[in-house]
Amino acid sequence: IFKHEVFDNQPFVIPLSLYFPRESLKPHSRTESSSKAAFLDHCETLWMRSAAAWRDAGLTGLLNEIANSSAEVPKWLSVSSGCVLALLQRISSFHGSLFPHLTLSSEDMIAEFSQVLKWSDCAVRAFAWHPHTDKFAVALLDDSIKIYNPKSATAPTLKHRLQRSVAAVQWKPLCASALAVACQNCLLVWHVDPCSLSTRPSSGCAQVLSHPGHSPVTSIAWSPSGSFLVSASPMDTNMMVWDVAAESCVPLQRVGGGGVTFLSWSPDGSHVLASTPAALFRVWETRMWTCERWPCLKGRCQSGCWSPDGSRLLFTVQGETVIYALTFTDTPGIPSNTKGPKAAAVVADLSETTFNTPGGDIVVGGEIQSLAWDPRGERLAVLLKGQEHFSLDRPAMIAVFKTRTSPIFELLPCGFVQGEPGTEPRLMQFHPNFQHGALLTVCWSNGRITHVPFYFLSAGMARHGLGGSPPQPRPEERPADYINQTLYTELTT
Amino acid sequence: MSCLVCTITILAAASVAWAVLLLPPSIAVFVIISRVSLLHPIQWISECVSLLTSATAIFSFILLCGVVLIVGFLNLEYYTVIPSIACSKIALLGQLLHPRQFVSSLVHCILGVIVAWCCAVTIGGRYQTLGYPCTQADGSPQLCLNEYQVILLLAGAFVGYCHSVLGVIHNMNYVSFHTVQQYKYLRFKGSLPLVVKCSAIQALYSVRNYLVVYFFLGYVPRTWICKTLNLQLNRLVCSLHPLDTIAGLLDFSLLYHLWISGTFLLFTWYITLLLFRIFVTEVYSFPVQSSFTEDVHQCLPKVLTGQQPAILKFLALHDLALLSQHSPSRRSEVFSLSQPGGHPHNWNAISQECLSLLADLTQRLVAHHDTVATNGRAKSLSTGSDKKSLSSESSGTILLSSQGTEDVMTPRPSVLIKTPASVFLRSSVGSPLTVPFTPDLDSPFSSPALRRLAGPVEQCSPWHGTVQSPHIMRRGPKLWSTSTGERGLQNKTEHVIPIVDPCAIWVKNFLAKRVLIMYLLNKLPEASSQALFADTQSHIWALEGLSYLVKASFSEDQFGVVQTTLPSILSSMLVLQEAVDRHFKLPHASSKPVRSTSSMEDSSYKTLRFALRATLKTAIYRITTTFGEHLNAVQMSAEHQKRLQQFLEYKE
Repeated sequence: IFKHEVFDNQPFVIPLSLYFPRESLKPHSRTESSSKAAFLDHCETLWMRSAAAWRDAGLTGLLNEIANSSAEVPKWLSVSSGCVLALLQRISSFHGSLFPHLTLSSEDMIAEFSQVLKWSDCAVRAFAWHPHTDKFAVALLDDSIKIYNPKSATAPTLKHRLQRSVAAVQWKPLCASALAVACQNCLLVWHVDPCSLSTRPSSGCAQVLSHPGHSPVTSIAWSPSGSFLVSASPMDTNMMVWDVAAESCVPLQRVGGGGVTFLSWSPDGSHVLASTPAALFRVWETRMWTCERWPCLKGRCQSGCWSPDGSRLLFTVQGETVIYALTFTDTPGIPSNTKGPKAAAVVADLSETTFNTPGGDIVVGGEIQSLAWDPRGERLAVLLKGQEHFSLDRPAMIAVFKTRTSPIFELLPCGFVQGEPGTEPRLMQFHPNFQHGALLTVCWSNGRITHVPFYFLSAGMARHGLGGSPPQPRPEERPADYINQTLYTELTT
Repeated sequence: MSCLVCTITILAAASVAWAVLLLPPSIAVFVIISRVSLLHPIQWISECVSLLTSATAIFSFILLCGVVLIVGFLNLEYYTVIPSIACSKIALLGQLLHPRQFVSSLVHCILGVIVAWCCAVTIGGRYQTLGYPCTQADGSPQLCLNEYQVILLLAGAFVGYCHSVLGVIHNMNYVSFHTVQQYKYLRFKGSLPLVVKCSAIQALYSVRNYLVVYFFLGYVPRTWICKTLNLQLNRLVCSLHPLDTIAGLLDFSLLYHLWISGTFLLFTWYITLLLFRIFVTEVYSFPVQSSFTEDVHQCLPKVLTGQQPAILKFLALHDLALLSQHSPSRRSEVFSLSQPGGHPHNWNAISQECLSLLADLTQRLVAHHDTVATNGRAKSLSTGSDKKSLSSESSGTILLSSQGTEDVMTPRPSVLIKTPASVFLRSSVGSPLTVPFTPDLDSPFSSPALRRLAGPVEQCSPWHGTVQSPHIMRRGPKLWSTSTGERGLQNKTEHVIPIVDPCAIWVKNFLAKRVLIMYLLNKLPEASSQALFADTQSHIWALEGLSYLVKASFSEDQFGVVQTTLPSILSSMLVLQEAVDRHFKLPHASSKPVRSTSSMEDSSYKTLRFALRATLKTAIYRITTTFGEHLNAVQMSAEHQKRLQQFLEYKE
């Protein structure tokens, strides 16, 4: 279905679509327990085993070891450690009943809170465009990351012992080489020299950032100035602000919500959205790192995205089919008493609708998996979850809206992006500096990555003739009549 | 200026006041924990309440307030924003044996005894008094020594001494600025668990070591106290186990009380230190310009360029970095022109100061690279014989300081932060022994100062408006080597005295063969690199401030004041970038930061060079992404143009 129309008069060549067949990628199963079974049992002294248990599994492991080896230890010790263990389990189950997500395994947790639809069986697990150039990184099911650059023939593959269950990747802004990777147990920051010809950078090129209790990492976000990296884990009530160069972190703790699942840094750097597994999300202000609490009515905040000038936040809530908007008016740097809006406004209702098309009726709508706003703020892509059970088959689909932010915020339906029959979109991202409009990159369930261009002229671009410069906050004022005559869109469905 | 220095003192006083306010709750917690008895909870609670309202508790509170005041004063007196890094074991030894440090250790010992006495009185029971009435074997009543209190008091002294010694080894007096801004309360709340954990662990180790010492040497202070106070040592009646036997020391309740007291002592001191750090490093907003002449000396450009204490200069640079990033209104003041005359004085002062900081660091790095390139290569060939030649070679210039009486630990208000050379000069003279053995470490750092003496051409900002490559600089005279040492240094004999004495060389060669001496002389790994970048936080802020201001100038600078300085800013950044790259390619410089352990020690100075490398690159990219192709119109040398092109294509 997809054919990329390369216009002769367009100097920009759309990156080639890639294909990663699901069958060619083997998911690694390298859990400690599975390899243990392959070896003969080796008799060690109790001390050795206790030390190993302490190292591997901490206090619980130690207590478990002592309780299990009742033949070798005094009876009171094994009994008391058994009691302590039972008490710990009670406490953790009570904790788990307060925050049900804590009982999930870490893979399930990543799948639950990831922005990727059905993360577990996705061939492409994460995708990231470089903020300034045309290269991008793709994290695959086999825990490797590939970097593609149209200007270079080599496509480096990044592999690391700790790089497991990649939930997100993101390039550092204002840097050519640094790529942050959210893994199961840690964060990795790769430094991939753009001029290097090596196809397998050694694991020495990666910085490992880890903090006890901060795993699995499900979301990361670089500050637009490139100075900080924030990371979130649903297991940890701390949100970590990393100084990557020094490998040090500042934990910002807020207990409510029981963890942090999704992070999004506003393009102007002034705010960070941090959603929690509970029906609550926070908006951090990045000057003094204070936060506003936003309790939701129904479920947790599933996804969110910022307008290019950082003044408007769109977000969706699990269990609801609407998009909310929040407006932040206070300019950064001037501490104001007006703490922004008091309530979020509904800007779009995406509940189920039937469209009559020549090919038959299509049912579209439902819950929203993720949102993406193009860097100029003119197109909004919404990944709808779809539904498979019962007679009603509603495939996952991407709905695209035209947006404009001034003089008033407007959201107009623009079209749908659909894949080959039998495939559904899993992940999407806008190209950060596509010169002729917006370029949406979609990763499909069959392992294909395609690019959907939207050609239009934006008034902001016409005024700012900065070739290839990064998303600058665009001026708000824009002649309204100018927009109507320059909009044209090519949808390639 | 005096007013600004007052500000620091006031902040320190505020931190001490908060520490005093936190004393009552921590005393209460200490009482509750020290008297814990789970079997009689009601009795336990009622005892605690009655004790907390008693006169003894109030008296110990007053005593502890005094202790906190003195600790706060010591913090203020000894703190530094530029850590003094000992490059070898012997330099560290010199720091430890310095009179100033000795005074500090002594004061900490005494304070430790006072706190321990308060603890003893609070715990009560057998620790209550120093003497107690007893009857001797012949039946006559006498006053006997209570060894339990003695052991607690001495433990206090020991923990206090350990605290002060570890403070030197771990640079505990170093105050670092946080990159993430938080309100004071939140920062305090965030660090509190760490303080509790650190003091508990530190107390555990100190008590362990103390018990070993007491086991062997405990009789010395005990007999001394007995003699001075005319007390008897009664080992028959009261204590079944004398306390310097293994059985006596393995008294669980005694160990617990020792540990709890040590934890309490360290906790109060660490809290004072933590509050001091939080208060002093809080962002201070300097006005960019003032319409009143009496306030002009408090304005940002004046504070930046003036002869200020290091902390004020750091605060000013921090403020500059933040204002350039966050506040458009203050940026506009920076870009503004002076009212009569129309000169961009603010921008000129700020940019010149930042550029001279960067040029200074570049010079330092190039000089260091040169020394390593000449000496280091010879050293790596073989070990034994070359060490001798190295030490003899480097003994040509020996750094001596006439200011032996002055303090070593802190850069006092008179010290410039231009270069940490002065810090090293002073820190290396702790003992006369130090001097002959550290020149090869110190010489590269002292060279910027010497360069200025030798070549008046390279004053202040060598990069201003001109195009210079580091190759030109590298050809400068190597003043630290033996041959040229005497020539260039005659006018500054008060700091550097060249000694080329064959006798001394022979002595050094002789000593170099001894294992212990070599152990003391060996460079600590990483240390020279850390020392080179000790004050780099200022350079990081200068880079951030400059790059954000230049970025903002693209849309905000109405008069084009930044344009005139843009070439020199870019070239100084590129030159520094090259120097930093070369430094990281040196064999001894590790490419990754070491893992910092969680303790009260602020080890952020160890990673400053990595932060600088990242900040520098980001700063250049910030300018190139903002200006894009316009940069091709900027007047620069071909070499720098080429390098900028790399940045424009995102290939760095």
